[in-house]
Parts: sequence; C-alpha cells; structure tokens
Amino acid sequence: MKTYLLPSIKLTIILIVITAGIYPLAIAGIGKFTPGHGDGETITYKGRVVGYAGIGQKFTKDEYFWSRPSAVDYNAAGSGGSNKGPSNPDYLKQVEGRIADFLKHNPGVTRAQIPAELVTASGSGLDPDLSPAGAQVQVARIAKIRGLSADALTKLVDAHTEKPMWGVFGPAKVNVLKLNVALDELKK
Amino acid sequence: MNTEISGVVFTYLLTLAIAIPLGRYIARIFKGEKTWLDFMAPVERFIFRFSGIDTKREMNWKQHLFALLTINSVWLIYAFVCLMAQGHLPLNPDGNPGQSPDTAFNTAISFLVNCNLQHYSGESGATYFTQHFVFMFLHFVSAATGIAALIVLFRALKDKVTDKLGNFWDYFVKSITRILLPISFVIAVIFAFNGMTTSYAGKDTFISMQGDTVHVSRGPVAALVAIKHLGTNGGGWFGANSAHPIENPNYLTNTTELVAQCIIPIALVFALGFYLNKKKFSYVIFGVMTLGMLLLLIPTMNAELNGNPAIAHMGVSQPTGAMEGKEVRFGPANSAYWSIMTTIISTGSVNSMHDSAMPVSGVMMMMGMMVNCFYGGCGVGILNFYIFIIIAVFISGLMVGRTPEFLGRKIEAREMKIASLIALLHPFIILVGLAISSYVIVHMPGADWAVKPSAWLNNPGNHGFSEMLYEYTSSAANNGSGFEGLGDGNIFWNVTTGIVMVLGRFLPIIGPLAIAGLLANKKFIPESAGTLKSDTSTFGVMIFAVIIIIAALSFFPSLALGPIAEHFSLK
Repeated sequence: MKTYLLPSIKLTIILIVITAGIYPLAIAGIGKFTPGHGDGETITYKGRVVGYAGIGQKFTKDEYFWSRPSAVDYNAAGSGGSNKGPSNPDYLKQVEGRIADFLKHNPGVTRAQIPAELVTASGSGLDPDLSPAGAQVQVARIAKIRGLSADALTKLVDAHTEKPMWGVFGPAKVNVLKLNVALDELKK
Repeated sequence: MNTEISGVVFTYLLTLAIAIPLGRYIARIFKGEKTWLDFMAPVERFIFRFSGIDTKREMNWKQHLFALLTINSVWLIYAFVCLMAQGHLPLNPDGNPGQSPDTAFNTAISFLVNCNLQHYSGESGATYFTQHFVFMFLHFVSAATGIAALIVLFRALKDKVTDKLGNFWDYFVKSITRILLPISFVIAVIFAFNGMTTSYAGKDTFISMQGDTVHVSRGPVAALVAIKHLGTNGGGWFGANSAHPIENPNYLTNTTELVAQCIIPIALVFALGFYLNKKKFSYVIFGVMTLGMLLLLIPTMNAELNGNPAIAHMGVSQPTGAMEGKEVRFGPANSAYWSIMTTIISTGSVNSMHDSAMPVSGVMMMMGMMVNCFYGGCGVGILNFYIFIIIAVFISGLMVGRTPEFLGRKIEAREMKIASLIALLHPFIILVGLAISSYVIVHMPGADWAVKPSAWLNNPGNHGFSEMLYEYTSSAANNGSGFEGLGDGNIFWNVTTGIVMVLGRFLPIIGPLAIAGLLANKKFIPESAGTLKSDTSTFGVMIFAVIIIIAALSFFPSLALGPIAEHFSLK
C-alpha cells in the first residue's frame, strides 16, 4: 500500500500546483496584454459600456436590427439552447409563431425571404451574430421607422459584414450589437 | 467551394499536418530518445523527488494497474470533497453554493474518468476554485492516465517475452510535462488573443442598448478550454460549452479547439507505428478509423446542410442549413463536423446543441460513441481498438483454421474471454441503464426527486427516448456530451450514470492491459509464411467488419426506436 498510496498523494499535490496554479496564472498574466486585458472586450457608446463585443444581447424593438431568438432570453449569467428536437410539435408551433410575428413587423417580406436563424434559437442563447441575409431582410422596416434611406442601411450592413476567416473558411456574419451602435450613430 | 465546406476540409487537413509529426515526437519521448522539450527534465526530476518515486523501478502489468487505480481513487475522494465544500472555499466571486452529494458524486466521477458529463451549469454550479483545482487538474491527469495506460500497451507489444513494462509514474508525468502542458500553453495563448477571458474577475453588469440590465458571467476561461480539448475531456466553463461566445469567440478559436481535440488521439495512432517500427500497421489502423469517421460524417453534414424538413415546410428559407441550437459564426457544416469529431473522439464538448440536431445526425453521433474507437479518447481510443483487433485476429484464425497469433504471440481462450467481456460490456451497461430509466418513466412518473420522471424528457415520442439513449451512451463511452434537454439533475441520473461512467472507464483500461500483459509473457513465435499479416488492408477490412457487427449492430434496435423512427416521421 505504502508503495503506491503515498507517492500518489504527493504526486497529486505537486501536479495540482503546476496544472491548476502555475499554468492558469501564467495565462492570466499573458491575458493582460490582450485587447480586452483578459476581462472581455466591451463596446462603448456615448461614453458608457453597452455590452460585450462577443456576447449577443436582446434587440426586440422595431427600430433596431433584431437579434436571434434565445432560449435563455439573452441572460449572460446563464447560457443554453432550447434543446428542442426537430420533430417536436410544440417547438414547430413556436417557430410558426415567430414567423408570423416577423411578418407582422416586416410588412412586404415574404416567408421565403426569412433566413432560418431569425426564427430558431441559437446553441448558447447568446449568439452575437446574424447572417448578412438576416440583417438585410430587416432593412426595409428600420428604414421606414427611422426615416432613413434603405440604400444607406444596406450599405451599413455591407460595411459591417465580416467575411469568412481569411476570406475562405467558414460563414460570413454580421455582429448585431456593433451594427446597432453604428445605426444609432448614423442618426446624428 | 462553399466557404463552410472548405473550412471543414481545412480543419481536418491541419489536424493531420500537426498529428503526424506529433506522433513521431510522442514515440521519441517514450522510447527515451532526445526531444526538444528535454529542458523539462529538471522539472520532472523535481516532481519525482518530491513524490518519492523511483522511475527506474519497472512494473509488470498488474503493478501498473495498481498504481493507476490507486492514484485515481485519491483524485476521486479529493474531487468529491472539494465539490461539496466549494461554497466555503476561496475563489468564489459569484457566491455559488456547494454541490449536493449526488451531484458531487456524479461530477467527481465524470471528470475523473475523462467523461465530463455535466449535470450542473458552470455559471452557477461551480466556483473558480473547483473549475481550476478540480476540473482543470482532472482534465490534465485523466488524459495523462489514458496516455500512460496506452504506453504500457505499446511496451507490451514491443518487447519480446518480458513482464517488465516500464514505470507507470514515468509515463504519466511525462504525458503531462512533455505533451499536455506545453501544447495547452500554446493553445491558451492563441485563445487569450482571440477574445477568450483570462482574468479572475467575477460577474460584470451593464445596461444594454435597449435598456435591459445584463449580468455577464466570465472567468479565467482560456487556460481551461485549452486542456479541455487537448485532453479530449470536453467539460467546459459555461453551461453552453463551446457554443458560448466567451468559450469559443470566433472561427479561428473554433478551428483551434477542433484541431486540439483531434491531434493527440490521431497522433497516438502514428506513435504506435513509430514506436513499434511498424508504420504500415498504423496506416491500417488509421485507415479503418478514418473510413469509420467519414461514414459517420458525410450523412451528418448532408442532413444538417439540408435543414429541417418541418421548417422548410413552413416556407422559411434555410440557405445555410438547420439553425436551431447552432451559432451563426460556425454554421451548420462546421457544427456537423464538430458533433461527429466530439463523439468519435470522446471529447464531448459541443459547439451546437446536439438535442436539436437532425435525427440522422443523432444516429451518427450515437454510433460514434457506441463504437468509441474511431480515433477515440486520449489513449483509451486505441485500447478500445485493441480489443477489436484481438477479436478480429481470433475470428480470422478460426476462418483459416490456424491458431490465431498477433505480433508473434498466440491468442488463446483466456485472452479471448477478456476481450469478449470488454466488447460486450459497452452495450450491456448502456442498454441496461436505458431499460431501467424507461421503466422508471413509465411506472414511477411521480417519484419525488429534484426532477420528477414525468418531467425528464424535453421532447415527446421517439426523440424523448433518444435523449435517454444518448445519455447512457455518452456516459459509457466517457464522452460527456448530451441531449441536454434531458432533466438529468437529480439523484436517479446522477447515480446511474455515475456507475456507468466508472465501469465504462476502468474495465476497458484493465481488460486490454491484462491481455497485453499476458501476451507479453508468452513465447515469441517468429513470423512465418502462415502468419496472419496484421499490416494489410485485408486485415483492416476484417477489423472493420468486427466493429460493425459487435458495436453497431448490438445497438440497432434501440436506435430504431429513437432517432431512426423520428427520421421517418419527420415531414
């Protein structure tokens, strides 16, 4: 017993110090030199922090670009998806409800123009992005409410469209928070 | 090519480009040859001196197992106590409470066995203390346990007639100091510069553009997420795991996490060839594993890219594919690739919610865990594969009427008994668990647990059945992903999956090592014209057939009741 138990305990102690103490502290030290100083990158508008760049927030007002539906209502102190199966009848009813709601707030838009991400919940419930199509389909509504030209808004969305990684890998996307901050700044 | 598909192809090619040289490096470490990380030697010497370990003392297979099981028991007790007491321990800026005994039981086992099933949510169910001193620590040592056990097997396959198989502590510590720690460090730095948080600050609060007050959970995430993937652990910082924007901020971190979780399992396949000087043999193994991976991956990507037919029916366009439970920045193609890699490799981290995936994808993910050796977890993937090799050798031997031999040793009744028991254990623990939970749902719907059985399932019908099947499969395969709609935060699931996880971890380590140890002691028979060649594609086909027959077909009836039935009902 002594041949195995005592070395096991001592080895455990020293490895805890190395892997759970020294290693993360070293990374925390390096993190100080990163863009968000290791605390997360925030977005500031009119001198106050209005959110984190990477963390999606709720946009449901008609004058903003809506963000995706969220199973946790964009609670960033929790996270998660709906975990609804693709054949669940209650879930499909919910999606149908979101489509109807979107059509009501966006007259003139047809069902076929609505990209799926606008009526489905994300995995984290904190998805910060839309596809470019998901932003463009909302342009007409926002232009009307804000009295802006649809052209200018289309351009704004284009300017905020982030290309795939290195131009070739992965999907293109639009960060909803950054887009909406730019939208508010446009009004001035 | 579509940028989503090209992203997947790029990720896989990058994985191979790193894994092959890494395999050569791992073989060099354990052959005792010079490597460029030899500057770690003084650290290792210090660790051994502090622990009172003499690495020169060689062990036989039983002593190896004894060392492995002893230190694992120490970790189990340590983890259990810390989780119960976390509310009173330091580094708890969010003031989270201790875990209940059954949750702590489940969580301690789950991280000990490299499974990382999480019946709590990281934001509220763990503290910075336990995230570091329990989870991150166990991420390292559970992965190193798997690698060390595999090196014992390598050693047993290499040497002629011996019971001296090296020193367990030496293999174990070097797996950390030479492989896991240095690579994790590099990965964590990449993460830190891509928006993953690293500081110890607690929750933050801000007022959103619309005027909502929002609390944001944070923490030193980058260090944990690096080893979480590298060690094929999968237990994340946040509830949403790698779908969470802090735990996986962009496509680059996503690619890094994907590569990180695949490189060691694939590298170990090549390390086997370098270590034994049998490169062709490792190509055969790699070929079989890759064929299996592709057969699971292609239908999954196809299903996800085509989208949900029920939503298509409503007239909405799904230009990118099925989006429920998925993040825009990764897209369905990448999420499909991730969900297959994470299930065949026993990582169990997720970047999309598997519960909301298409039924075909559900079948493929579960098959990945049912087979559990297409690449497989750190070290244990090849140990599982070894069992199938033994069975394939035996059946091939019977087919041609010769005594089955593998690498110069006769495989006899005793080895076959062990191999059969281990091969059948996996379906046994999964299906028995499933049977019990199904019985409880039907006959005890109102039982007074934290979640009543009648409320366990988040989805009705076949999909609800799939949620339970997935949970036990994931536990037995030490995977840790879930159909997370399942109400698993109660004593029934905590205890039953805890038991399944322990059996699914240690027996498949003990079995292969016992076989290898027994074989290493046998008389060495030099190759002759009648020897079954283990490095041919014919033998590869034979192993593949054994895997399909044993691992896949035993589960077919349960898959038919769950995701397959759902697929045919989905219009």
